[in-house]
Amino acid sequence: MVSATVTAAPAVRTEKQPGISPRGWIGFLFIAPNLLGVVAFTLIPLISVILLAFTDWNLVSGFGGISFAGLDNFVAIAKDPGFWNAVGLTFVYVGVSVPLTVVLGLALGIALNRPLPGRAILRAIFFLPYIVNTVAIGMTWLMLMNPKAGLVNQVLGAFGLEPGWFASSHWALPALIVMAVWGGVGYCSLIYLSALQDAPKQLYEAADIDGAGMWAKFRTITWPSLLPTTIFLLVMLIIGASQGFGLIALITAGGPGDATTTISYYMYQTGFQFYRFGYASAIGLVTFAGVLVLTLLTWRAQRGRALHE
Amino acid sequence: MSKLYLPKKWAWGIPLWILALAFLAPFAWMVSTALKADIDAYKIPMQWIPDPFQWDNFKTVLVGETSVLPAFGRSVFVAVLRVAGELLTATMAGYAFARMTFKGRDKLFLLYLATAIIPAQLLLVPRFIYFQQLGLYDTLWALILPGMFTVLGTFLMRQFFVAQPAEFAEAARMDGANEWQIFRRIYLPLATPVLSALGILAFVWSWNDYETPLVLISSPEHFTLPLGLTNFVDEQGAIAPGLTMAASVVSIVPVLLVFVLLQRRFIAAMTHTGIK
Repeated sequence: MVSATVTAAPAVRTEKQPGISPRGWIGFLFIAPNLLGVVAFTLIPLISVILLAFTDWNLVSGFGGISFAGLDNFVAIAKDPGFWNAVGLTFVYVGVSVPLTVVLGLALGIALNRPLPGRAILRAIFFLPYIVNTVAIGMTWLMLMNPKAGLVNQVLGAFGLEPGWFASSHWALPALIVMAVWGGVGYCSLIYLSALQDAPKQLYEAADIDGAGMWAKFRTITWPSLLPTTIFLLVMLIIGASQGFGLIALITAGGPGDATTTISYYMYQTGFQFYRFGYASAIGLVTFAGVLVLTLLTWRAQRGRALHE
Repeated sequence: MSKLYLPKKWAWGIPLWILALAFLAPFAWMVSTALKADIDAYKIPMQWIPDPFQWDNFKTVLVGETSVLPAFGRSVFVAVLRVAGELLTATMAGYAFARMTFKGRDKLFLLYLATAIIPAQLLLVPRFIYFQQLGLYDTLWALILPGMFTVLGTFLMRQFFVAQPAEFAEAARMDGANEWQIFRRIYLPLATPVLSALGILAFVWSWNDYETPLVLISSPEHFTLPLGLTNFVDEQGAIAPGLTMAASVVSIVPVLLVFVLLQRRFIAAMTHTGIK
């Protein structure tokens, strides 16, 4: 299996490794096929998106219509109420769905780590939503959350609740959050499960001898040993949630009104519905920078707090 | 001891199984609706067992006028080429980054790591323009080509090869093997488990990809399966429940098969890479 996890990405080795082949250009030949593709489909697009962000190009005006706009796009972004609405919605969406997914995933991971009847099947069931394609899942939830006849409201109706879900500007975002949590909890519990297998057993034995209770053991042993995993999951989910627009494009198209126009959907709209490629590229860059900062902050939070074996 | 043990096991087991059934409910609903007439789909209270079973829904989505089989075939085509290409190029590049030296290797690898954190979405706009210029827009190649050359696959393969002993290569070199033979005969066979892990993940990514075709494919005759599922929604946004759910069931079968048959490898791949 893959021997190192992404959490423990090793630094590039600069020192000479003994025994490595000294033949100069053969190694480059091995890399060439992949490198050519990466340059063509990732690097060149990346450079162009950076350049595009400083133009006012709209596809409709053709290639002749490209002109340098300096920082205009970034100034416009700062003043764009649509952009700030999207930023706010993204913060709510990420800020609610990610912690909820991680906390529930942790609880589920701990529960699934015990001897249980049919444990393998249980794990598979919780994980299932994660591997099924967006459209099949989206269509299913769209019908389940139909305000009048959907199953969800039939059940909630018994408690006197019948939210309007995707038809309501108040409930559309919570509906997307419910779907995200349902989809991600199994994945989190799986990652936690594999981390729990590595938890230091001798510490638990020592704690048992000291007569520590369940909560004390969780607080002093389990949680510290799971902290790096938690940070990793937070980072992965923050990146994933702040980029997700497939479900929104499929189900709400950003609506009703702009109630679910998160930042990535706003960028998609700007680029592919209004063909404002320059502006969309600038939004993409700003968003990427924002997510990067958020990620680095989360990553740094683990420094010195993780339990080192 | 065993007397106490069993009830305790069930004390945790029962609530978890109830939760699991709630998690499964959308899938059960999907299958149930796939076998219903449209007028029964929203019946109150919900009817779990279709009456009568509407097997015609499956017949329609498989062999009818609105068959999803062509889209299914395109998804298979895209997935096979993407997976084969990614495994080939990522393995060779990962191997060279780990086990060979050449000028600029480490700088190049840093560049790779840097591009790995770029969100795919950011690249959609320029890719859209390029593929239009290259005449690849609205063709399956727009989905296949970028997927064949991934930084992530290269990174995973490098991680694997770095951990392999260098002595094998030295011994083979003494025996007169060339670099390709050392890679092909010695290190590549060792990589079978990690290759299957990467292959499984690459297949699932490709199979479920909705965003890329949404932007880069426009004609229904080039739709892959995720886009094909949207065919059962009319212009007013009204969904044909029976057909949509039957097609959805068809679309999740391959991923489900991979998951059930290769569950252990699949989970190992997920937990070790931590990415989807």
